[in-house]
Amino acid sequence: MTANGILQIALYFIVLIAAAVPLGRYMARVYSGEPVFLSRLAGHMERWIYRFCRINGAQEMTWKTYAGGLFLFNLAGIITLYLLQRLQGFLPLNPHGFPAVPPDLAFNTAVSFVTNTNWQAYGGETTMSFFTQMTGLAVQNFASAASGMAVLMAFIRGVKRTLSQTIGNVWVDLTRSVIYILLPLSLIMALLLVSQGVVQTLESPARVQLLENTMDEGGHTVSGQEIPLGPAASQVAIKQLGTNGGGFFNANSAHPLENPTPLSNFMEMLAILLIPAALCITFGRMLKDSKQGWALLAAMMVILIPLLGVCLFNEQAGNISFWQMNIDQTASSLQSGGNMEGKEVRLGVANSALWAIVTTAASNGSVNAMHDSFTPLGGLAPLLLMQLGEIIFGGVGSGLYGMLMFVLITVFVAGLMVGRTPEYLGKKIEAFEVKMASLVILIPATVVLIGTAIAVVINPGLVGISNAGPHGFSELLYAFSSAANNNGSAFAGLNANTIFYNATLGCSMLIGRFCLMIPVLAAAGSLARKKHVPAGAGTLPTHTPLFVLFLVAVIMLVGALTFIPALALGPIAEHLTWIR
Amino acid sequence: MWQLIRTTVLLFAAMTFLTGILYPLAVTGLAQTLLPWQANGSLIKINEGKTASELVGQPFREPRHFWGRPSATMPVAYNGASSIGSNLGPSNPALKEVVQKRIASLLAIDRGNRLTIPVDLVTASGSGLDPHISPAAAFYQVPRVAKARNIDDRKVADLVRTHIRNRQFGILGEPTVHVLYLNMALDAMR
Repeated sequence: MTANGILQIALYFIVLIAAAVPLGRYMARVYSGEPVFLSRLAGHMERWIYRFCRINGAQEMTWKTYAGGLFLFNLAGIITLYLLQRLQGFLPLNPHGFPAVPPDLAFNTAVSFVTNTNWQAYGGETTMSFFTQMTGLAVQNFASAASGMAVLMAFIRGVKRTLSQTIGNVWVDLTRSVIYILLPLSLIMALLLVSQGVVQTLESPARVQLLENTMDEGGHTVSGQEIPLGPAASQVAIKQLGTNGGGFFNANSAHPLENPTPLSNFMEMLAILLIPAALCITFGRMLKDSKQGWALLAAMMVILIPLLGVCLFNEQAGNISFWQMNIDQTASSLQSGGNMEGKEVRLGVANSALWAIVTTAASNGSVNAMHDSFTPLGGLAPLLLMQLGEIIFGGVGSGLYGMLMFVLITVFVAGLMVGRTPEYLGKKIEAFEVKMASLVILIPATVVLIGTAIAVVINPGLVGISNAGPHGFSELLYAFSSAANNNGSAFAGLNANTIFYNATLGCSMLIGRFCLMIPVLAAAGSLARKKHVPAGAGTLPTHTPLFVLFLVAVIMLVGALTFIPALALGPIAEHLTWIR
Repeated sequence: MWQLIRTTVLLFAAMTFLTGILYPLAVTGLAQTLLPWQANGSLIKINEGKTASELVGQPFREPRHFWGRPSATMPVAYNGASSIGSNLGPSNPALKEVVQKRIASLLAIDRGNRLTIPVDLVTASGSGLDPHISPAAAFYQVPRVAKARNIDDRKVADLVRTHIRNRQFGILGEPTVHVLYLNMALDAMR
């Protein structure tokens, strides 16, 4: 760890909090229907959409209608995205002339983008036409992010309301999320990225020449190079802001045209955690108790910072296998040193480790370095962050509602300890809510472990592995952890573009998204129906450092009990055999 | 139910129009008007009327040029049409083997260089298109390049020094040397 590395990381978190607070307050006003500075412009657009879609914004919905609408909206996304990929050969803006995407890959990709996972079993610049990227993939980047935010808002209303049958209007929540929050932020972000060199055009790729001719594998002389172009900046902006993560190019944000400079890197990293962090502030504001939001943010940071330390330390230490060779891996004023396989020089080790941690803490999944080439323990930290359930910041909306499920479990456990009925924010937490919260925690963990177990015992699973030994096991574990928790990053050596992986990972993503949204909305409906109980002497305060630590302990305990055996077979075994 | 389906279809259409057509076209229009050079791949003129992209690295294998990062792209190094990293695990014997080969090919044209090799010069970048090397990796190659060109070591080292780009705003990222710019300057010497 270098002094400059620590300075960059400190700067990152300071700017993050400084930006999250005003955004959080702004979002609270948007979702409460209060006027904001964008109201004049966005208000017109909002009313136009309601008129066009014949939506009555004042109409309230029960949790079942809310869930039904959301489910249909996402189903429409899957069907449309599947068809766009299958038909892209006949559609415009296809300068490479890419043919239809095969059915299994198209299914996987459609599910992947609708569930906010953005797992990519394809290479962007070699598979998808500009039309598919723009009107298919990028649309889902907005829609899936808005879906997560909508469910969170429904849950917050469930906590706020008393004796109410309804939890809001799903169409209003989706529309507001897109036009007041995601679109304006993306527009600014996209232009800032272009200023750094991210491409944005509908033109065909540029042909340029090499200064020095080279040879390809077949021994043919190569004198030119293709510079891939396309509407990248507009898509990269939302893929970062919406915790989507699906790259325009195959190398994702390691690609110099997707992440050209350290400044673009800083902005893209900021965009990963910006909305998830700001939503904690929004949560506190909407409940008129800011400390509740800060407590959740604190719990997230308490888990994130040590794991960042583990990753950074191990990546900076470099590759032990190189020790006997004549290689210099020490950091100095002339090089960042460390484990540079799969990393870019302009970004160096500190920015690669920080990115890996924030992209897996949030369910973003974009990468600026190849996680498969990380050291065993450097790769364990991102893996664990996903396995904790994508609640340490997590996806936009989905991270916070996942965290709130852990909060319910925590007050329940605390209630058991002192023998009182647990309460949270003035609502009694009873058997139904605890059951729903348990489902949210258990379902993705089950999918990860069973999916990995199946893949390691059957041949179609094993043939995808590219690195032998425990690292190969880590590749499988990482893939299912990433899919079931809707992250989308990969140990990309795994050849996941097979029917087996496209199908199993596709189903994991579906279960990990919708089988969690439904219990959360059900809990929201149940909470909304309850009456408010005033805090008494026996009420456990949920904004104190004590509660934060207790929450962290519950999260880590659940995560550790579930995943330590699997982690021991993968990264930990690899580390131990490696240092021998 | 039917009402729900109708609303879904209409809202989905409206969102697709807004975020899938209007938004990218607006960004494209603004980018092409305000920042056309960056939006089109940051193309620059290099020697003999050739063009290149400032952001995408190029392969160099001759002793008289500075070499960039090894690249894992196929079928040719620095293939702009298909970015990829090696994805070799750190403990994979294949990684050790390929790094040993890279060391051997560096030493083959630079016999007698006993300096330790900066790690970025023997490890593949994440994109396979990294345009930079570390200043350490540039200085390591100075004696070889000077010898191949029959010029004084110090002249080449001075050139490297003028090509070191510090961290952005003094803080962000790492110090870099742009391999293509350095080699162009080298070719333009004399």
